[in-house]
Amino acid sequence: MDAATPVVELKQITKRFPGIVANDSISLKLHKGEIHALLGENGAGKSTLMNIVFGLYQPDEGSIEVNGKPVIIDSPNQAIELGIGMVHQHFKLVQPFTVTENIVLGMEPKIAGVHLNYRASVAKIKALSDQYGLRVNPNAKIHDISVGMQQRVEILKTLYRGADILIFDEPTAVLTPQEIGELMGIMKRLVAEGKSIILITHKLKEIMQISDTVTIIRRGKVIDTLKTSLTNPNELAEKMVGRSVSFKVDKQPSVPKQTVLNVKNLVSKNKEGIPVLNGLDLQVRAGEILGIAGVDGNGQSELIEALTGLSKVDSGLIEINGKDITNKAPRFISESGVSHIPEDRHKHGLVLDFSMSENMVLETYYKAPYNKGGFLNKSAIDDQAKRLIEQFDVRTPSIETKARALSGGNQQKAIIAREIDKDPDLLIAAQPTRGLDVGAIEFVQKQLVAQRDKGKAVLLISFELDEIINVSDRIAVIYEGQIVGEVRPEDTNDQELGLMMAGSKVAGGKA
Amino acid sequence: MNKLFKIFTVNSLLTPLVSIVLGLIVGAIIMLIGGYDPILAYSSLFSTVFGNLYDFGETIREITPLIMTGLAVAFAFRAGLFNIGAEGQYIVGMTAATAVGIKLTGLPIVLHAIVAIIAGGLAGGIWAGITGYLKAKRGVNEVIISIMLNWTGLYLSNYIVRNFLLLKGQQRSEDIQDTASISIGWLSDMFSDARMHWGTVIAILAAVFFYVFMWKSKQGYELRAVGHNGDAAKYAGMNVKSNIVKAMFISGIFAGLGGAFQVLGVFHYQAIFTGSPGVGFDGIAVALIGMNHPFGILLSAALFGTLTYGSAGMSFGADVPPEIIRIVIGAIIFFIAAQGIVRWVLKPFYLKRKKEKVL
Amino acid sequence: MDWITTIGQLLNTTLVFSTALIFAAMGGIFSERSGVTNIGIEGLMTFGAFAAGVASYYAEDAGMGAASPYIGMLAAIVIGLVASLIHAVASITFKADQVISGVVINFLATGSTLYMVKLMFEGAGETPLLMESLQKWKIPFLSKIPIIGEGIFSNYPTTYLAIIVVIVASYILYKTSFGLRLRAVGEHPSAADTVGVKVRRMRYIGVMISGALAALGGATVTLTTTSTFSHNTISGQGFIAIAAMIFGKWNPLGAFGAAVFFGFSQAIGNYFQLFDWAHDIPQEFIYMLPYVLTVIVLVAAVGRSSAPAALGEPYDPGKR
Repeated sequence: MDAATPVVELKQITKRFPGIVANDSISLKLHKGEIHALLGENGAGKSTLMNIVFGLYQPDEGSIEVNGKPVIIDSPNQAIELGIGMVHQHFKLVQPFTVTENIVLGMEPKIAGVHLNYRASVAKIKALSDQYGLRVNPNAKIHDISVGMQQRVEILKTLYRGADILIFDEPTAVLTPQEIGELMGIMKRLVAEGKSIILITHKLKEIMQISDTVTIIRRGKVIDTLKTSLTNPNELAEKMVGRSVSFKVDKQPSVPKQTVLNVKNLVSKNKEGIPVLNGLDLQVRAGEILGIAGVDGNGQSELIEALTGLSKVDSGLIEINGKDITNKAPRFISESGVSHIPEDRHKHGLVLDFSMSENMVLETYYKAPYNKGGFLNKSAIDDQAKRLIEQFDVRTPSIETKARALSGGNQQKAIIAREIDKDPDLLIAAQPTRGLDVGAIEFVQKQLVAQRDKGKAVLLISFELDEIINVSDRIAVIYEGQIVGEVRPEDTNDQELGLMMAGSKVAGGKA
Repeated sequence: MNKLFKIFTVNSLLTPLVSIVLGLIVGAIIMLIGGYDPILAYSSLFSTVFGNLYDFGETIREITPLIMTGLAVAFAFRAGLFNIGAEGQYIVGMTAATAVGIKLTGLPIVLHAIVAIIAGGLAGGIWAGITGYLKAKRGVNEVIISIMLNWTGLYLSNYIVRNFLLLKGQQRSEDIQDTASISIGWLSDMFSDARMHWGTVIAILAAVFFYVFMWKSKQGYELRAVGHNGDAAKYAGMNVKSNIVKAMFISGIFAGLGGAFQVLGVFHYQAIFTGSPGVGFDGIAVALIGMNHPFGILLSAALFGTLTYGSAGMSFGADVPPEIIRIVIGAIIFFIAAQGIVRWVLKPFYLKRKKEKVL
Repeated sequence: MDWITTIGQLLNTTLVFSTALIFAAMGGIFSERSGVTNIGIEGLMTFGAFAAGVASYYAEDAGMGAASPYIGMLAAIVIGLVASLIHAVASITFKADQVISGVVINFLATGSTLYMVKLMFEGAGETPLLMESLQKWKIPFLSKIPIIGEGIFSNYPTTYLAIIVVIVASYILYKTSFGLRLRAVGEHPSAADTVGVKVRRMRYIGVMISGALAALGGATVTLTTTSTFSHNTISGQGFIAIAAMIFGKWNPLGAFGAAVFFGFSQAIGNYFQLFDWAHDIPQEFIYMLPYVLTVIVLVAAVGRSSAPAALGEPYDPGKR
């Protein structure tokens, strides 16, 4: 094979879904030993493209060549045979299985054709893990190991299958800065051993740090392919979004007033009796945005659930404007002046099979004027929905449209409209920009700042460090169910926050 | 009126209609394989039902409990629950109505019937409420619990009838008092002594109640929210657990009323069951064919009742075992559940239409 | 009264009643472990009971003598495989609601078996009484042991087979690559799919094994207890088997234990008359016992269950 022959070449791949062209004549070349970044916003078509390469989708038009030979990849099996492996963003791991079972699944070492040779499997995994310095425990169950470890299991899955071409789909989304550093090391080692990597991401920093080449796609089309060394973050951002973006949130210094939310010594145990909130203290004042930084699984979800009444705590105190709301029902808390933009908009935020107008009164349907003597007042509900949809520019064909039919950005706008319209004293925003494109992200962040400026207390929980740093007035770091430190965004950086998120307290302790 | 029409748009009706046709075809094929004449069979089925006033009236009698158990299953479905226990709720409804009808004395004519009906409805509601409570509080699968309660209800009813209500020397209870009867004498006279009763009227009103409650009331909004997305309902401050209990309770009332009507309007006594009567299980089929909509259920209960009642005439007229009708109904549900098949069957028609437009 | 004998007999009857439940519960496990809810177990048992009644009768007619019941069991397996295909096609290929699809199986089972009985036997409501139903086997030596000799080692061959099936099922699920794949498909189908495990094929196999085993369970009722098939040969055993599966946490050994427990609660009814104090218990309460016990046990012991994570969800690889 000629050294110049790409290991993978995509030629004018087009993929349509009902109502949308996800990939529009996309071409891309991956060379041996290269880390090729695929940059684009959420919804730009990156994942669709990679699912085509991995055989999960079939392209409507275009062709794929591997090592110079045209191939048809009609199943993940076929992709695996061609030496293509994928490290999925949402790990494809069977929770109750061991690391070994997950890795060998589908290609199990067998005795007599049926009996699973578990011992041989473990030995193989151990050898592979040592070769690439991954240090996984082959006998651990998935639900017992950290997210970073789980990702290594995903990597091992592809290596076990002899993959030479690895696709990493947004691999850093759930990692701490330190874990990201380790992952970068692993990727470099893989390339040094002769593997080739496609890195899907929307994070410019990572691209600049590790990739050799970058291809930018926007709305399903290739905008450009560049040598990383010959470009800069500003150029990439502009090409990704289609206009110049600052990524800086425009805001004045905050003027905090009285304490709105007061959390004291909150303790909550999970089913196994392990504390997930472990003596957590927190104050949010009117007119400020408090950002909670932390790695997923350190008690963020439990904190939100405790604050909103979705689950009970074992001990501690939660007060809103001095009023005790500890272990009160969600409705009581809502009526005490708390609004909540939930982490998972499909699970909590919307009833997807309800119409938009029904969704806009999800928390107020029982009050006048929407409720008239036990019956729904349809015209009042519709009026409210129309007003909010107009005011917040929610793009929906009509108020009778089911929420399911809207795009993620418009669903999120609808939720924010509903929550802000409740005129709360405390607004809890959990991962409010997850999965949104840049335009929608800007809209959401502006709304949070606007609420702050109106004198509301805002609690922002996000895994995106950039968002925490850009939007918050004050940052509290959560680790293993405790606030382990507090910093001002202007005085900190990724590195320091990362260390705190990994459990090391800053000098001086809690601010 | 316009709104009422919207419910029955072409598309929402198409799947059940095609499924019904496909189900009848499956039945015909099986009859052919068995060496029977399907055309003769179906025509004798329909001529039985529509041939004379008595049989037509009796078909309406057959339809009535199916409406009630169909509504029961659909109501729970709308709240995200599968009430496979309508059978047991129907039985305990019967027994409660029988007990009140026999034991309660001295009440005037209309009032006694009303009390007996309420007793039947409440018994069904409480029986279903047990399932709802265990589901809500303990998280136990409602399907398993209600299946177990079906058998428990059956034997409990038999115990009550045998020990407290028995007509000496018979495998049934005494007759209820005349004051508790809901039969409509003059209507029965019109239909050559077919057993007509007020339960049919109440069943239709129950369907209207279902519609208004589910789609126009605040409580119905909550139930639907819980049914579609329990997590979002909880987030929105609704009490999911109490809604589950409420939904099962109301669902059980429908089934229990169905049982009460059967005693008070049709038999005027309760037999000791040797096996489960099956009306509650049939309600599942009725609800599914009626797309879990109260007005759809009126239609599907009519279809189901017609097929079931007519099947007797079918075995008489064409010698076909009446069980064929259960195969037909099973096939209809199969096609409704596996909508992909129906769409696949309809595909050529759609394509044709499109082509015509192009031309 | 000889208590040793009585306890032995009680154990024996317990296993007789348990046998059908064990087969059916194992069937349920294979289907549900692959991610397909199977409420149609009841109907599949009905099909099996019917097939056993009919095929054994014709085998007797053809002079096959003592081999006839085994012909009946084979026929049950075949019809179970075919009937379960209906459930598989609807719920796997056409992504129908799995509970509803199971209801369809139950409807078709009661309808078509009686239809066929009437067709075959000139309108009769049940199959002709079998002359050669299964006989109990006394295992040499072991059957001489007090209590368990009578209780366990003097039983129907189907009971021994059921116990073997439990062991084999346990081995297959936890020690073979097939079992690993089957469980993976029920826990996380897209994970299985991305490593090349054919999700739909595995689910088809799971459902069809459940059809064969449930039908075999139904056949044992006809061949050991009733000697004929009629409308109430199978009345609720399938649902009890499902309860046993859930109570046993989808684990063959656990479900076996639960099935024996339910068998015992049925068997004990037959022995109540031996006790003086039990004479006053109405028969209806004794009939009710297994069902009430099931509810109590489910409420007390299980709570939130450990069902396979993807149970009941159709797998749709094209979902965006």
